[in-house]
Amino acid sequence: MTASPSPRRPTVALFVTCLVDAMRPTIGFAAVKLLEDAGCEVVVPPGQTCCGQPAFNSGDTADAAALAKQVIAEFEPYDFLVAPSGSCAGQIAKHYPELFAEGDPWRARAESLAAKSHELVSFLVEQMGVSSTGARFDGAVTYHDSCSGLRELGVQAQPRKLLAAIEGLTLTEMKDPDVCCGFGGTFAVKYSDLSGAIVEKKVGTIEETGAATVLAGDLGCLMNMAGRLTRNGSKVEVRHVAEVLAGMADGPAIGRGEGE
Amino acid sequence: MKVTTPAFKEKATEAMRDPILQKALGNVERGFVAKRKKGAASLPEFEELRDAARDLKIHVLKHLDLYLEAYERKVIASGGKVHWAESAEDARRIVTDICKRLGAKTVTKGKSMITEEIALNDHLEAEGIRPVETDLGEYIIQLRGEHPSHIIAPAVHLTKEQVASDFRRVHDHLAPDRDLTEPTTLLSEARTVLRREFQVADVGITGANFLIAETGTSVIVTNEGNGDLTQTLPKAHVVLASIEKIVPTLEDVDTLMRVLARSATGQEMSVYTTFSTGPRRSDDPDGPGEYHVVLLDNGRSSMLGTEFEDMLRCIRCGACMNHCPVYQQIGGHAYGWVYPGPMGSVLTPTLVGIEKTGHLPNASTLCGRCESVCPMRIPLPRMMRAWRAREWEKALNPGTQRFGLKLWAFLAKRPALYRLAARAGRWGLGWLAGGRGRIARLPLGGGWTRHRDMPAPQGATFMDRWAAGERPSRPTPSQTEAQS
Ligand code: SF4
Repeated sequence: MTASPSPRRPTVALFVTCLVDAMRPTIGFAAVKLLEDAGCEVVVPPGQTCCGQPAFNSGDTADAAALAKQVIAEFEPYDFLVAPSGSCAGQIAKHYPELFAEGDPWRARAESLAAKSHELVSFLVEQMGVSSTGARFDGAVTYHDSCSGLRELGVQAQPRKLLAAIEGLTLTEMKDPDVCCGFGGTFAVKYSDLSGAIVEKKVGTIEETGAATVLAGDLGCLMNMAGRLTRNGSKVEVRHVAEVLAGMADGPAIGRGEGE
Repeated sequence: MKVTTPAFKEKATEAMRDPILQKALGNVERGFVAKRKKGAASLPEFEELRDAARDLKIHVLKHLDLYLEAYERKVIASGGKVHWAESAEDARRIVTDICKRLGAKTVTKGKSMITEEIALNDHLEAEGIRPVETDLGEYIIQLRGEHPSHIIAPAVHLTKEQVASDFRRVHDHLAPDRDLTEPTTLLSEARTVLRREFQVADVGITGANFLIAETGTSVIVTNEGNGDLTQTLPKAHVVLASIEKIVPTLEDVDTLMRVLARSATGQEMSVYTTFSTGPRRSDDPDGPGEYHVVLLDNGRSSMLGTEFEDMLRCIRCGACMNHCPVYQQIGGHAYGWVYPGPMGSVLTPTLVGIEKTGHLPNASTLCGRCESVCPMRIPLPRMMRAWRAREWEKALNPGTQRFGLKLWAFLAKRPALYRLAARAGRWGLGWLAGGRGRIARLPLGGGWTRHRDMPAPQGATFMDRWAAGERPSRPTPSQTEAQS
């Protein structure tokens, strides 16, 4: 399944993300499985909490920098940092360095961690040369490109490539898969009506595909879309792309109860 | 123009509930977005051109003073006059003084956002001078007593039925039962009415898309040709432009124009591109007797050398708002001042103060689509974040938000405590879900559950399950215990 076995198994430190930790551990376990199957040694640094994005995007740069230091210290010993989220990986890979002034020793440490931090699916394809995960999933799915992963990290072709290799799965593209779902972190709560209107438009394009399942790579967006779909009484199921890629999509979907 | 941004939320909600506005806004997405995509795709070197355009403006902004002075010398040499206006008030005074000196009664105007920025029309009217907008969109909103809702399509918030009914109301010398169903009929009716205004106008005021330092030339691009009549027929042509419109050479205009039209409307070039250098010379068949350029600063020079300097690269193409999921929902008026959409969310706080406009940089998901289409590669999300940081420093955001974030940060900085809080949080949410997969109404979380359910947590946290030894390949006996 792995294209080129590397001479030494790289040690990947999994950045679980605070949402996956609290809301949907399955995504974390799916990430571990995918990474191990790809030939990585996986560790889960115990001192991790959150990447600091809520502080960073609220303008609280002091707390954002404090949390960045915590992540840097915890993760810098490993070969790679991988997160099942484009927005957390983007925060670390693209924004951590800008939190520290030129010349600050933390700047160099942030830059070196940034250089080895990746979003899960693009890491599998680009760094580990994975072209198929060997899973099976029966049904039609559609894939939403979460904004940060797409625009900060270029995650677009990689998940589609791995999905195309899944037996039994057909991918039907929605209209404008690259347009925001309206989540935006605290935006969803602070500008509730706006966020609600944007996600309504998004779920409309999802429904139009006729696909039974919508996938994406970020739990924030997934909870937003799932919450709107269940509110609308839709049958469409919502899952993280890693669940499907790892063959771990048998439990209830996001926002669904047992047997629902 | 009064700043109504403090009422952003209410106005946004109102806009989303207005079916006519929603119908009109459909054109932004179907029209502009699709056209830009085609325009960009048809030019293989489009991405390189964007880089060149960005680098050009970066260079200009580093040497703005030099280019402005060189420009002034050229304008003077061609017989024109340059007026430096530090504030909106200065600019208004300069323009009205010119009009009064010439005994102007009617002033024709080409499309200019700068005149909106300084609220010139109100000021002229107060002085007894009648301003007549000659761009079709501007003409329509002037009839309605409104402000533009888009920087290149001022009347994009209106349907053609609304325009037809305004024309019937105002053009009451025409047959009331005439057919006004086609947009082209509306256009030719406006043309006929405006033709008379062009003939009687004493002064013509236009904006400028570019000012060329090499030649002292101002450039406007339009699709209707109204700008040409505005500036050539009257006694004087007054150009109102902000200082960052300067470019070094004619050739540079070419680079910028190629990205401008494609980004704005998908056109290779706008229909009319007009270069004006000085007043009418003795052997010119026509042209204005006087040529004035009012260079407006109005806070822009204070952006130089700050994290907002990049904003001064903007060439006002409108692509950022056309592609913005928020603008597409609410149109331009809810933003509450002259400049809407992402570019306005960065620029407006500089021009009128962050205190009154705090909503603007916050009412964004930071999705980054604006930056991805901006021909000048302006990092709009980064600058919205920079405004948020300034608001945070000044403690301008609501106390509850600050408290919530501070509490969360306090916990997130203490992993052991955070683990407890995560456990408590998932337990609490699980309890509220009561075995269902979701929560329909969240105490204190109404912002979320007003429009969507809150998915329930799966069970024990990942970190607890991992610490208990659970692995994807080998579920451990302790798993069930940890999940309980
Ligand atoms: S910010 Fe960029 S996209 Fe927006 S109007 Fe200015 S140049 Fe165009």
